Amino acid sequence: MPAREQFRTCPATGLKIHLPAEKLIKANAVAAVVFLAIGGLFGLLVALTRWPAVHLLPAEWFYLVLTAHGLDVLLVWIIFFEMAVLYFASAILLNSRIAAPKAAWTGFWMMLAGAVITNIAVLQGKSSVMFTSYVPMQAQPHFYLGIILFAVGALIGCFVFFGTLVIAKEEHTYEGSVPLVTFGALTAAIIAVFTIASGAIILIPTLLWSLKIVSTIDPLMYKAVWWAMGHSSQQINVSAHVAIWYAIAAIVLGAKPISEKVSRLAFLMYILFLQLASAHHLLVEPGISSEWKIFNTSYAMYLAVLGSLVHGMTVPGSIEAAQRMKGFNNGLFEWLRKAPWGNPAFAGMFLSLILFGFLGGISGVVLGTEQINLIMHNTMYVPGHFHATVVTGTTLAFMALTYLLVPLIFQRELIFPRLAKLQPYLFALGAAGISLFMMGAGTLGVSRRHWDITFADAPLGFEYPGAAFLMMGLNGIAAVLAALGGLIFIVVVVGSILYGKKIEGGAAAGPKPAAVVGKYGSAGTLAIPGTAVLVTVFFIAFVLYYFVNWKYLAEVWPLR
Amino acid sequence: MSIWPPEQKIWWHEPIAKIEIVWIVVAFLWGVAMFFMMIYWHGAGEQNLSNEAYRTSPEAYAAKAQAMIDQYTVRDEGGYPVVHPPAGSEVYLIARLWQWWPILEFEKNQSYRLHISSMDWLHGFSLQPTNINLQIHPGYDMVLTVTPDQSGQFGVVCNEFCGIGHHTMLGRIYVVE
Ligand SMILES: [Cu+2]
Repeated sequence: MPAREQFRTCPATGLKIHLPAEKLIKANAVAAVVFLAIGGLFGLLVALTRWPAVHLLPAEWFYLVLTAHGLDVLLVWIIFFEMAVLYFASAILLNSRIAAPKAAWTGFWMMLAGAVITNIAVLQGKSSVMFTSYVPMQAQPHFYLGIILFAVGALIGCFVFFGTLVIAKEEHTYEGSVPLVTFGALTAAIIAVFTIASGAIILIPTLLWSLKIVSTIDPLMYKAVWWAMGHSSQQINVSAHVAIWYAIAAIVLGAKPISEKVSRLAFLMYILFLQLASAHHLLVEPGISSEWKIFNTSYAMYLAVLGSLVHGMTVPGSIEAAQRMKGFNNGLFEWLRKAPWGNPAFAGMFLSLILFGFLGGISGVVLGTEQINLIMHNTMYVPGHFHATVVTGTTLAFMALTYLLVPLIFQRELIFPRLAKLQPYLFALGAAGISLFMMGAGTLGVSRRHWDITFADAPLGFEYPGAAFLMMGLNGIAAVLAALGGLIFIVVVVGSILYGKKIEGGAAAGPKPAAVVGKYGSAGTLAIPGTAVLVTVFFIAFVLYYFVNWKYLAEVWPLR
Repeated sequence: MSIWPPEQKIWWHEPIAKIEIVWIVVAFLWGVAMFFMMIYWHGAGEQNLSNEAYRTSPEAYAAKAQAMIDQYTVRDEGGYPVVHPPAGSEVYLIARLWQWWPILEFEKNQSYRLHISSMDWLHGFSLQPTNINLQIHPGYDMVLTVTPDQSGQFGVVCNEFCGIGHHTMLGRIYVVE
């Protein structure tokens, strides 16, 4: 058993906090935020270049910065933060010591070294191969090496998480089953192991190929295996941010899942059905049968989507139930109107939920439909979709959680509380804007990863419709708003960690533990009509948008 | 609360709220409907990939394309041959750094067996403004039967990043009445 002095008791929640775990959470969260700042800045440069009236960077820099943007935010920011979430959901929530802190630190330093090495490779200019690094385009060897190091470091983090679960069970630091949030984190960690294995299968040969040890890599095989990593890693994000939705609803409002069984089974669906959903990246490749595409995008994807649809109902439902218990029982939506909208953790969480569902979820299913992919593949629709999932969904949820981690883990009060209040709204507005306008541009056919849609330097000419240019301009403006929201986040969080008022002993400025609301969420026959209305609106939007896109498809040249 | 262990140790004995069951059933049926929609479109819709493709090599593919160009070129535009192949014939489009080669000229409402392959890296065939997008790999000869039902001038944008000249990779297809 570890020495008692390795623990402190959190004055706000009464949780026993293992100090080495706390340090690891801090380190991973700080690294995450630093890379969010760097990657976000790169993203702003990309958007300003694609804003036709601004067209900021020269072509070479544009492709370089776009590669760096993808790596730093989609990979580095998110996975570092997920490491913090894993340690939080295991050691902290289970009142346990963390398993093998030295191994966890080794993992952390490997991830950091890997991230730095890959960034150097990209900035040197000979590895502008985009985040996806499709062969036979070749980056320098240390580009792949850095990613591999980063992934192995993350894998170590996952095993520290599993080890912590085992220790907590053996040392009886909690009773019964693990909390739902930990269960969600476990889902994320299991998918992470699969993801990293796929990454190793494809990136290690690619590294050898860049070193001229392996002679060729089949481009179609590369793409298929790469997406087994690339897509599943997005499912890590979804599992993690859904777990965070539940966590924030619980910490801020005392919400309980409507039923543990349903919410847990929904997480399980992610593990069971997700991996093959990467098929939807291969819908317009040569030589892959329609049967395979339909099978993998429907059986696999739709059942994973079913998991998300369930969470999309149970998360707001649990909030409604908790609010109604507190007496906000008038009409359909008093519970929502009187929710703590001034608390950036709650505001960020709820905006993340709504935007992820309406923008990211619906567009993802439409994009992943076998035939509809023909009118969307590699257009701006694709980044439009995944900015809705990864920025308005995952990033916004991670930001929201950070507002809780600052008082709970860093034990500091937030500086600039008014700016912090505003931040989720500003960031959500900007991020929703870039998602929508990119999808709009994609629907008009605009290519992603493209420096000049006026084709000024091309021998033959072509003009996109004027509306496409308008969309790209609006996208630039939205990106500026999102960047401003991101900047405020960084300033508030870093400022609070460095200069925030220390929270000592009993004077908890952090979130107060909310009252427990019944044995399980649906106990006491809680009706949640508001959520039913929200879900109905969502469903109608989904169905309409789905068929509108079939209509768009029907208008293009017949082809077989 | 979601951050504490479930109060009932055996959480799978908890009842499921009715609204949850209703939503799960609706969402599941919607998934089934979307599944059958794809299959339905294979029968009733006109835009389906046959997924016909063959292994090839850049050399072998380029030779076939050159034979077509030699036989059916009707004019020259800025150094690009404009090829007007007969309806129903095998038509070859080359993707390479950083060109779509040659310019093709189709007749409206006629069908063509359009082959596309890359000579080097991945490219993206993005026919605009009609908006058809395909992924083009080296070593794979992708075949689709297209029936242009609009006349005019169409741009072939490359929408898969293929290096520093990517944004200059622009081809052309004409459809004449
Ligand atoms: Cu290209």
